[in-house]
Amino acid sequence: MSMPMFSLTECFILSQKSFPRLFEVLQAKGYQVIGPTVRDGAVVYEQLSSVDELPCGWQDDQGGGTYRLKRRADNALFGYGVGPHSWKKLLHLPAYCLWSAQTENGKLQIAPGDGPAPKLAFLGVRSCELHALAIQDKVFLRGKYVDPAYRQRRENALIVAVNCAQPSGTCFCVSMNTGPKASFSFDLALTEVIESGQHFFLVETGSPQGAELLGQITEQKATQKDKDAAARVVANAAAHMGRTMESAGIKDLLYRNYDHPRWEDVAARCLSCANCTMVCPTCFCTTVEDATDLAGKQASRWRKWDSCFTMDFSFIHGSSVRASTKSRYRQWMTHKLATWFDQFGTSGCVGCGRCISWCPVGIDITEEARVIRQNDGITLTKEQVHENQKP
Amino acid sequence: MAPDPFYVRRLKPETDDTFTLALQPADGPSKFNFEPGQFNMVYVFGVGEIPISISGDPGDSKLLFHTTREVGLVTRAMRQLKPNDLVGLRGPFGTFWPVEDAEGKDVVIVAGGIGLAPLRPALYRILSRRDRYGRVVLLYGTRTPADILYRHELEQWRSRFDLEVYATVDRAMSGWRGNVGVVTTLIPRAPFDPRNTVAYVCGPEVMMRFTTQELQKRGVNKDAIFISMERNMKCAVGFCGRCQFGPTFVCKDGPVFRFDKVEDWLMKWEI
Ligand SMILES: Cc1cc2nc3c(=O)[nH]c(=O)nc-3n(C[C@H](O)[C@H](O)[C@H](O)COP(=O)(O)OP(=O)(O)OC[C@H]3O[C@@H](n4cnc5c(N)ncnc54)[C@H](O)[C@@H]3O)c2cc1C
Ligand code: SF4
Ligand code: SF4
Ligand code: FES
Repeated sequence: MSMPMFSLTECFILSQKSFPRLFEVLQAKGYQVIGPTVRDGAVVYEQLSSVDELPCGWQDDQGGGTYRLKRRADNALFGYGVGPHSWKKLLHLPAYCLWSAQTENGKLQIAPGDGPAPKLAFLGVRSCELHALAIQDKVFLRGKYVDPAYRQRRENALIVAVNCAQPSGTCFCVSMNTGPKASFSFDLALTEVIESGQHFFLVETGSPQGAELLGQITEQKATQKDKDAAARVVANAAAHMGRTMESAGIKDLLYRNYDHPRWEDVAARCLSCANCTMVCPTCFCTTVEDATDLAGKQASRWRKWDSCFTMDFSFIHGSSVRASTKSRYRQWMTHKLATWFDQFGTSGCVGCGRCISWCPVGIDITEEARVIRQNDGITLTKEQVHENQKP
Repeated sequence: MAPDPFYVRRLKPETDDTFTLALQPADGPSKFNFEPGQFNMVYVFGVGEIPISISGDPGDSKLLFHTTREVGLVTRAMRQLKPNDLVGLRGPFGTFWPVEDAEGKDVVIVAGGIGLAPLRPALYRILSRRDRYGRVVLLYGTRTPADILYRHELEQWRSRFDLEVYATVDRAMSGWRGNVGVVTTLIPRAPFDPRNTVAYVCGPEVMMRFTTQELQKRGVNKDAIFISMERNMKCAVGFCGRCQFGPTFVCKDGPVFRFDKVEDWLMKWEI
């Protein structure tokens, strides 16, 4: 692993003491700051009014099916690994009114449901999350159709990335080439350095807007020593990935293993609870719900997050196309790691590890992929297939 | 992504459980252009929105036809519609039967049940330029004689010298003197030159699996066969993810696919 570079743009230093200036400047510019905070025992993304709400001195223990917060020895503001929330909840809303309709004197009037998009500043976006945003951009902005609500919110969002210093036990961004250093698509990127009695942030600018903001906060240029310290933080994170996944050739691996016995094996453990899809920063599937008023004159249509793990998802002609848990898990994992490439020219997984930590039974996408790779090409015998198809 | 209002002009019962709606734009341009095989998202006020193929003549852009089978919530509500009621409509969506590319060739159309609805516009288009095609054959299978769609029209077509219509039913009733058996049984005897034929197939997924096999047995090339897929759909614009069929989105990459492009997926289960 080579040392991450910090020399493309000029870097600045923001001391821990002057960090609150960042909040002030963002708020003065009319941004609502959304960032990490501790709630119900987890680091989640909420609207923040001050620095005091950041998860100062917290870190997490994560593993298959586990997530626990614990105290750190230092006062790091961003010393945690990603939690159950992802930024998609602010761009691709969990529930969103597509449009509302009225009938009045036999006339049907249909009006778009979205109001103006808020101006949000995302504080603490991790590298894998930048990749996840870029992946959802492909879904909602770069295809044949554009989602106007997503576009407005995305265009309004200001991104302050923070490089990871402490990956969680389920992270594998290095395997997916998505981190841990933020490399694109941010306005500002911070590295929190806590070293030999010092606590400061090295700041890179990624856009003219970011540079303009930073100009109002600090003019202190980073020295080579500061840059080296920040590079060590990121290199250390890269060396401490909780998981790995061999991603080379993974699409073809899964395409040729649709009948692999491992799918039965994982289906026996999977609860079809849809947690993995809810926490995944790239999963985008939705359903719609229609609501009407009592008089039957007004109706609205809501789009809501949904999951390929529900029976309803593939329902046609009185039954589900993917009736078995096996086929649903296969759909999910194959979508993430294989069909996504054909659909959007990129992996659908960024290696954030959320689906592993938040799976109630600890199913691990890296482990499932590993086992299939180890037994590449094996299929069930005719007798086993027959056995499986018994009711 | 909001629908446009359309007036219901007529509702014509076809069989016991199917009916055809004729729609007309309530405002905006009075014309509606589409390609054969495309579909619309039809919204019934307060009830829901569903994908329905366009079943009318693409040469007639004044009235828009949808033939629907009553199966659940929305389709039942559609059946209750009266002339001058309003529905919401988005579309047209999706890929279409490439009838222009079939010029100079024989065309075999294989339909199962309601699958005839999205194929009828292709037939209209071909018949409007009949001289550009070789033999044109329609093979149509339904469960019973009572399920045959567009019966009157089929009888008219059958009496044309330039169109061959063969129907078959799974279960005959008294008075039926036609073929009995699944639609694939018609393929070996149908009059077309397999080396110079384009086939369009629409019906239940199993029917398409067997039909594509049977067509290949007759010698029709994989890349000359087209099928129309069906999946659950909520958006029709590639956002809801529901219509995924392997690496494709049926709403925007389909519903009409060239068979060889999706063969591997069609032959697998629970995709
Ligand atoms: C591209 C395309 C073209 C179609 N063309 C026609 C046509 O021309 N004529 C016709 O009769 N039918 C057609 N269908 C099928 C038709 O969309 C379904 O029969 C209809 O959605 C059922 O709705 P429902 O509310 O009456 O049924 P319900 O059984 O009450 O539906 C229950 C739930 O399942 C969903 N659902 C059930 N079947 C489907 C389905 N196939 N697609 C999406 N959602 C479904 C409904 O949205 C609803 O949420 C087409 C489907 C597709 C994908
Ligand atoms: S599949 Fe799992 S590890 Fe990959 S991006 Fe989604 S939640 Fe993260
Ligand atoms: S199909 Fe499943 S895995 Fe793919 S985006 Fe939708 S919910 Fe996520
Ligand atoms: S119908 Fe929503 S993605 Fe195709």
